Amino acid sequence: MEAVALKDREGQIHIKGKTPLNIVCDQDSLAGAVSQRACVFCGSRVVLYPIADALHLVHGPIGCAVYTWDIRGALSSGPELHRLSFSTDLQEMDVIFGGEKKLRNALLELIDRHSPKAAFVYSTCIVGIIGDDLEAVCRTVEEEKGIPVIPVRSEGFKGNKRAGYQAACDAMFRLIGTGNTENISKFSLNILGDFNLAGEIWMIREYYERMGIQVVANITGDGRVDDIRRAHGASLNVVQCSGSTMQLANMIEEQYGVPSMRVSYFGIEDMSEALYDIARFFKKQFPDDPEADRVMERTRSLVQEEVRELVPRLEKYRRALAGKKAAIYVGGSFKAFSLVKAFRLVDMDVVLVGSQTGTKEDYAELEAITDPGTVIVDDSNPLELTSFLKEKGVDVFVGGVKERPIAYKLGIGFCDHNHERKEALAGFEGMLNFAREVYSSVMSPVWRFVPRS
Amino acid sequence: MSKKNPNYISTTNACKLCKPLGACLAFKGIEGAVPYLHGSQGCATYMRRYIISHYNEPIDIASSSLSEKHAVYGGGPNLKLGLTNVAEKYHPAMIGIATTCLTETIGDDVSMYLDQYKKDTEGSQGLPDFVNVSTPSYSGTHMEGFHGAIYQVIAQRAEGGPQTETVNLLPGFVSSADYRLLKEIMADFGLDCTMLPDLSDTMDGPALLEYEKVPAGGTPLAAIKAMGRSRATIEFGRTLDSRESGGPALEEKFNIANHRLGMPIGIGETDTFFDLLSSLSGREIPEKYAGQRGRLVDAYVDGHKYIFGKRAIVYGEEDMVVGMSSFLAEIGIFPVLCASGGTSGHLAAAIAEVTGDTLPEQPQVHEGMDFFDISEMAENLEPDLIIGHSKGYPLAKKLNIPLIRVGFPIHDRVGGQRILHLGYSGAQQLFDMVTNAVIAKKQADSSVGYSYM
Repeated sequence: MEAVALKDREGQIHIKGKTPLNIVCDQDSLAGAVSQRACVFCGSRVVLYPIADALHLVHGPIGCAVYTWDIRGALSSGPELHRLSFSTDLQEMDVIFGGEKKLRNALLELIDRHSPKAAFVYSTCIVGIIGDDLEAVCRTVEEEKGIPVIPVRSEGFKGNKRAGYQAACDAMFRLIGTGNTENISKFSLNILGDFNLAGEIWMIREYYERMGIQVVANITGDGRVDDIRRAHGASLNVVQCSGSTMQLANMIEEQYGVPSMRVSYFGIEDMSEALYDIARFFKKQFPDDPEADRVMERTRSLVQEEVRELVPRLEKYRRALAGKKAAIYVGGSFKAFSLVKAFRLVDMDVVLVGSQTGTKEDYAELEAITDPGTVIVDDSNPLELTSFLKEKGVDVFVGGVKERPIAYKLGIGFCDHNHERKEALAGFEGMLNFAREVYSSVMSPVWRFVPRS
Repeated sequence: MSKKNPNYISTTNACKLCKPLGACLAFKGIEGAVPYLHGSQGCATYMRRYIISHYNEPIDIASSSLSEKHAVYGGGPNLKLGLTNVAEKYHPAMIGIATTCLTETIGDDVSMYLDQYKKDTEGSQGLPDFVNVSTPSYSGTHMEGFHGAIYQVIAQRAEGGPQTETVNLLPGFVSSADYRLLKEIMADFGLDCTMLPDLSDTMDGPALLEYEKVPAGGTPLAAIKAMGRSRATIEFGRTLDSRESGGPALEEKFNIANHRLGMPIGIGETDTFFDLLSSLSGREIPEKYAGQRGRLVDAYVDGHKYIFGKRAIVYGEEDMVVGMSSFLAEIGIFPVLCASGGTSGHLAAAIAEVTGDTLPEQPQVHEGMDFFDISEMAENLEPDLIIGHSKGYPLAKKLNIPLIRVGFPIHDRVGGQRILHLGYSGAQQLFDMVTNAVIAKKQADSSVGYSYM
């Protein structure tokens, strides 16, 4: 029988329990392997995209802008400038003679038209090659227009999506520290790494408000430039989806001394733990302030209330789904941890888990929380995923748009857990939505018509 | 008036896609072919995501996954490695290689690399055919990429010899349902036909027991080879002049008469197509189609009053816009604005040709348009409906008028690949859709709650 993977990729696949974990990861994708990964530009674009009152101008040929037009379901409670797709649409002559003038004119035109609070200018592959001086163009426009104009070093070929996260963090870090920090409570935090898909950040903000904690900046879901500028005034950075914004938290900690905490908002267990961790943080930080105790008290009743409400409603799904097999392939591995736990909560078995951009530490953690025999895979591709899904007899596959047709062609259920989703999956309510999503795919009668051997 | 305001600088919400995407789709319509992008990893992933959201089918596009060092030293080694890996895992009959803006700008010579690769691998068993096309995304749209790929497939694969009875059919980029219909029509006329490409099965496949690495269907390579011996070519596309496409390639190289027609959308353009088939086959139009035409005329009569004088904005790929304008004009709807992101220079003339005898005055026709321009013009045009792909939805929502979804992409509905545009049966579906949309709008806007319309 033909091997599942190309020889050069064998080190990126691990079966728990067979051998000690020694997975190869954090590498350039193998040519011809049909990776599910995107590029540096993609990483920057998806992280910065939800900042709703900023202009996001893609400096490059049209493709990069058009494939990322309204790509995330990141909702805004106010301005929606982020949902438009701006490009310099570089043409052959620009490539030959340089695109700086066109970039400058495009920036001036768009800033006059939309009056944004700031502008992000994304570099693409070609800009890295023709050598346009983005810094210089941005600086002069910034002086002329009086708003921050920030270059994002996101040339597509300069690494993978993680390099793009770094570029996005570098860009946002230029904003931080430039706003005033008046009227910020010491019981305050920034939300990092939630992108307000299907309104998730509103749910999370509401939890914090119920706990008596002020949210200073959303980074970046439903994000605003002015909030980000004063984010250094918060007492804590709460980082979820740590791959994308942990770097920013580290930079803020180093320069402004704001500590950070990694959390996940997916699943009852992780959601509750996140809120308790935050309450404990404030208690530790301000041990003599009676408000810290009140925060803890409110947190406890919040969690109890939500869990009491949720658990009985989950029961129907748990009964139907218990014993079914799940596979997970997502962009960031941190999400995979939570998904493993969330499936366990409804008594489902995770038999495959992988990510595009996990690190050695991430995979070690995945290996620790999964059952023996589970396939753990880094930077996989359609053919490998197909083989594993078939071999393991999976009932539901969780992933993004590119994984969906793989599942469906195999006659397997699917749950969208990427940035296009329309159902909130974070928070307590999100767990219920997640169970319902999985249930509505697995339990559909359509599978009876799918050819089975 | 066919060029837009020269003061144009920035692009907002483009009405075009990039060149390599078109090439990938064209390659996808060849039997056993795997599309391959010579560039950085992101391009392939973005295009896959974009295409999947329309077709809901797996589409594996391989990539050279170039990183920074390859951008400096050249992408040749990665191209060869990638080809070897694709050949090993997919066992394709052909790999269709399209370049990207990165590899075009660093000056990679793909033809030379392929020659080297063929020499290096001489004597190896089971190697696929290669076809390469240059598709820098800074010049032209996805349609230049599509036709350019077809041109190269023919230039690199077709061979001459004794003439056969076969007719070549080059439909351009239409839906899977359209390709299916065209095959049926050719068969019903008793014409032996090679249609290139053929996305009827490869991008709209059935649920199967065994997952196919390369989905079945597509134009067989043997048939492509024989295209140089066919007795005639039919090529759809009134705006194709002066662009690379398959018809002229066959005409110049093999002296095969090229019959260039408009896309057969609506009765007028379909009649022209059927008349040609009649003369090529020496047969009367089959009863089946005479019946379809008769029912269509009857439907036009039944519905004409609901739609007469309505004003429509039409946008999308140029030849699709020409066909739709012809159809709208013949049913009494006035296309007030015909817009495309393409810049063939032929759009206005082509629209005048197909609507000259029905429209009392010519519509506004603009090339190089984006949705900002379309939206801005729409404000003074008082349109009743919008006809085009799903990216016009924000405009339809803003104007509170119906969007008739045609063409590519359809990202907000299922079944984009099954929309029928061509022939009498396609016109029948379009007519019902357009008329019902107008009726539904009237019904919804009325407070009466009419139950007869």
